[in-house]
Amino acid sequence: MTAAAEVMAEAAIVEHRGGFRRRWYRTPSFVAGISILGVIVLAAIAAPLITTHSPIEQDLANTLSGPTWSHPLGTDDLGRDVWSRLVYGARTDLRVAFLAVLFPFIIGTTLGLLAGYYGRFVDGFTGFLVNVVVAVPFYVLIIALVFALGPGTRSIYIAITLVGWVSYTRIVRGEVLVAKRQEYVLAAQSAGLSDRRILGRHLLPNVITQAVVFAMSDIVLDILAIVTLGYLGLGVQPPTPDWGRMIADGQTYLTTHWELSTIPGVAVVVTALGLSLIADGLADLLRPE
Amino acid sequence: MSLWGYVLRRLLQAVPVVLGVTVLVFFLIHLIPGDPARTILGNQATEQRVQLLRHEWGLDRPLPVQYGKFMDRLAHGDLGSSLFYGVNAGQLVLDRLPVTLWLIAYGAILSVLIAVPLSLLAATHHDRVHDHAVRVVPLVGLGFPAFWLGIMLLLVFALNLGRAFPVGGYGEGFFGHLHSMFLPALTVALAISPILIRSLRAALLEVLESDYVTTARSKGLPERRVLMKHALRNAAISTVSVLGVNIGFLIGGTLVIEQVYAVPGVGQLMINAIFQRDFPVVQAVTLVFSLLVVLVYLLTDVAHALLDPRVRFD
Repeated sequence: MTAAAEVMAEAAIVEHRGGFRRRWYRTPSFVAGISILGVIVLAAIAAPLITTHSPIEQDLANTLSGPTWSHPLGTDDLGRDVWSRLVYGARTDLRVAFLAVLFPFIIGTTLGLLAGYYGRFVDGFTGFLVNVVVAVPFYVLIIALVFALGPGTRSIYIAITLVGWVSYTRIVRGEVLVAKRQEYVLAAQSAGLSDRRILGRHLLPNVITQAVVFAMSDIVLDILAIVTLGYLGLGVQPPTPDWGRMIADGQTYLTTHWELSTIPGVAVVVTALGLSLIADGLADLLRPE
Repeated sequence: MSLWGYVLRRLLQAVPVVLGVTVLVFFLIHLIPGDPARTILGNQATEQRVQLLRHEWGLDRPLPVQYGKFMDRLAHGDLGSSLFYGVNAGQLVLDRLPVTLWLIAYGAILSVLIAVPLSLLAATHHDRVHDHAVRVVPLVGLGFPAFWLGIMLLLVFALNLGRAFPVGGYGEGFFGHLHSMFLPALTVALAISPILIRSLRAALLEVLESDYVTTARSKGLPERRVLMKHALRNAAISTVSVLGVNIGFLIGGTLVIEQVYAVPGVGQLMINAIFQRDFPVVQAVTLVFSLLVVLVYLLTDVAHALLDPRVRFD
């Protein structure tokens, strides 16, 4: 899965080479992505204002109601308001996804910098770790880790960190290998600057771009992982609303209430589209001239 | 270097990775918070039973000794015995593996049937309407949760539209499998197609702009022949590579999709094992799938070397 995303990120970058640098508001994909994600994030923040029911309040006299004036998207099998669960679910899933991407980003970028710059043993050992993690299929490893750590948000963060750093390391290492042969690094080295200063002040700002672009696609993968874990019953634990759990709960009523599984899925797809568009736009904007 | 030398060298390179994977799988149990034996057996288990399991798994010994014991058992094909079924966990996985391999292969074939024509269409109509339409597929498609896609296909093709396909299961015989597993395989294929399309389109565009295609065209070869003979051969190389590199993604997708369609494969075994807290089975699945990935990476490299004369064996 991570390898897949790297291919995507790379293809996105290659595709945009040879164009011309534009301002962000003239980059259609970026504007579209920001708009989509903006609406969803705003809704998630303003959740108490735009919902009329609590997302966990059950009304067993009014289950599977279908759309009504008081429940615009109907109620689920426990009589909970689907619209409220959808909006509060955005809160849960977006928060977890954005936080989950931070640790792999920091750890992966650091390891990539060190491996690319120092080479030799550091590079060899990091490369070995990368190969081992990559050998275990993403979902198999994530599920096995969450199983060992016990279900819940904390385990999701740990599992995604243990698996996710690999892509950042590979991307940043590749960038450093190219950058460290360039004149500005050679000049800094011959001026006798410390490795720390060269890594932090000279290399990092130049190689971080690709990692940032990848992070946007990575959030998409994290959201998918979070809802998949939720679907399997290993993710965010009930009664906290989560889109994956909503899809799973609705599956039982697929023949009579197909909308219960469909709506949260559409929410995932739209959110992911917004993030992918931003990633696409960022790749375009941050491309060196 | 000869082909066999190359294969041998790649095999040797895979050894440390496989060892690393065994260490990773071994350490899974130590991630369990508190006393692993107690957590796995639950609160109802007697202290005696917990002690027994602790001893059986060697949890009362130092780590290096534990790993040595783990590897010793592994070398004898013993992945521990399932706490739920009471039989060898490795055997359980191997029994289910054909179903999962069927699904992976079926899905991979369908994905090629979807991705190759679309990429060809996009590459030959570069920057025109067809191309733009095809380029939207990866952008939108990568955000589809595979399990949800499965549920939607189930809703449309199994519960409505003449109920053309069964809701789940594996089917009997070759054609039974082909029919029963069509929707799960299609889900797998749709999940991986966005990645395949994006890479293939880029690869084809590069080929179509290359000198030898220009030469072929200027020789007056019909466009059809240029595409089939020159461009598609290269597309085949890319397809094999992209599918190989994404085998982990394919396996992961399959695992979750089996759950949606109740396909009795390794994925279902793993998810059930998780809810039964059947640790040896989870361990066995992780190990077997990882070995499969390492093997496929190896085969991909060899296939790539055979298909692409530009690859030198060094």
